Amino acid sequence: MNSNEIYNLLKSFFPDAVIDYKDDKPVEPYIIVSAKEIDKICLFLRDEENLQFDYLSCLSSVDYDNDNLAAVYNLYSFVHNHKLNIKVIVPKSDPVIKTVSSVWNTANWHEREAYDLMGIIFDEHPDFRRILLPDDWEGYPLRKDYKVQEFYNGMKVPY
Amino acid sequence: MAELKTETITLNMGPQHPSTHGVLRLELVLDGEIVLEVKPVIGYLHRCFEKHAEAMTYPQVVPYVDRMDYLASMNNELGYAVAVERLCGIKIPEKVEYIRVIMAELNRIASHLVALGTYGLDAGAFTPFLYCFIDREKILEIFEITCGARLLYNYIWVGGLSHDITPNFKEKVLEFVKVFRPRIKELNDLLSFNKIFIERTANVGVLPPEVAINAGTSGPTLRGSGVNFDLRKNDPYSIYDRFDFKVIVGNGEMGTVGDSWDRYMVRVWEMEESCKIIEQAIELMPAEGNVQEAVPKRIKPPVGEIYARTETPRGELGFYIISDGTNYPVRVKARGPAFCNLSALPLMSKGCMIADLVVILGSIDIVLGEIDR
Repeated sequence: MNSNEIYNLLKSFFPDAVIDYKDDKPVEPYIIVSAKEIDKICLFLRDEENLQFDYLSCLSSVDYDNDNLAAVYNLYSFVHNHKLNIKVIVPKSDPVIKTVSSVWNTANWHEREAYDLMGIIFDEHPDFRRILLPDDWEGYPLRKDYKVQEFYNGMKVPY
Repeated sequence: MAELKTETITLNMGPQHPSTHGVLRLELVLDGEIVLEVKPVIGYLHRCFEKHAEAMTYPQVVPYVDRMDYLASMNNELGYAVAVERLCGIKIPEKVEYIRVIMAELNRIASHLVALGTYGLDAGAFTPFLYCFIDREKILEIFEITCGARLLYNYIWVGGLSHDITPNFKEKVLEFVKVFRPRIKELNDLLSFNKIFIERTANVGVLPPEVAINAGTSGPTLRGSGVNFDLRKNDPYSIYDRFDFKVIVGNGEMGTVGDSWDRYMVRVWEMEESCKIIEQAIELMPAEGNVQEAVPKRIKPPVGEIYARTETPRGELGFYIISDGTNYPVRVKARGPAFCNLSALPLMSKGCMIADLVVILGSIDIVLGEIDR
């Protein structure tokens, strides 16, 4: 199925949670969904007979340098050999997204990375803590307005 | 004896354990010698490549990409170049495509040789390691003659290559392939079918196919579990659709499908398939062509974003790039294959012996430079 058909199918099952469908070249088509129901939508995408997106290729976090952050999910189906991109856009003031790590195990580390570097909070994540940076690091480096902290444990940081 | 109370202990393995292939720490919860829980702790090599990339122009990112998976730099460069070229719509000259494929496959063999050699070390066999490094040396020599560097090449540029090949390149590569083929058999006699080695690796760290897919593994780790999936075949990039080669999958020859021996053996036979690709590419490669013909003076991709994935020796390397129309990327996200493969380690090592954990970790062939980025 192509992205447009999947969008129509999703829209019929989740009329409120599926927000928009974008298809402008050269960007690959993507579907924008609500942060609160992403887990239910992903479960549906994984288990529905005609979709079977069993593989989460990548989960990226994005700072659009306005007031929004985004998480981008690149899905792939081994069974049907099709792809889908999903986007969840959340405001910087309340960057909370439901976790999908119960749907795909691989999301566990991806979401921790997105939290660590971009500060997106994944609700109901089973093991939610920083992954690449030390636990007591301040700030989220990939945010466009990030300022490096001056000292870390008594060491000067920008050396 | 059953009423005797036992207690679990927590043990830190690493960050300086010799078999962790880098600075990785494993937090183990042990019941005697049985591993109840594994928690990989990463980040010791973190340098935030993704933040660096935002301050660089597109061509300047290439050397940073080299330093992610430093055992397979050519494959990383190819992945990045493919992503940016798709975003810009750059058409690559035929000759460049062939040279890229040859370099990527040579680097795949070199990387697999390190993986197999050090895997022997993990299991207690020292000799195969030296044998593997003799052959790897020959590949590095070819790279050195071509671009001057042995490990971090900055060779594959967006739109082209940094240097043309030397006049005797074809003969050198063909000679290597000719000498290397019998060496695979030698490695098999020495290590792969060695009784002790099989006892150590077969039926150890079994990863069933459904679990492997759900855990997001890729490359030999996924194929070792019997899943027939290779991006070179299933989602072809560059010119991989022109070559005739087999996708190697694990079949549980010595034990269960998806055990450590299967993952090891997938790498061995993949070297043979890479040799096939190299031979075909050498034969089909056009003689004429300027390798820098399509290199743009300034790379300014149109506003947009792309997720492009390629098959490195470790699996699916994805680049998610967002462009705002200037010559600096807004966001470069790298999806490291070893990062995702390592996240599956707790799934394959539950209930194993502590000595087997080293064998399981070796079989997923991690490179910390790419996990921590």
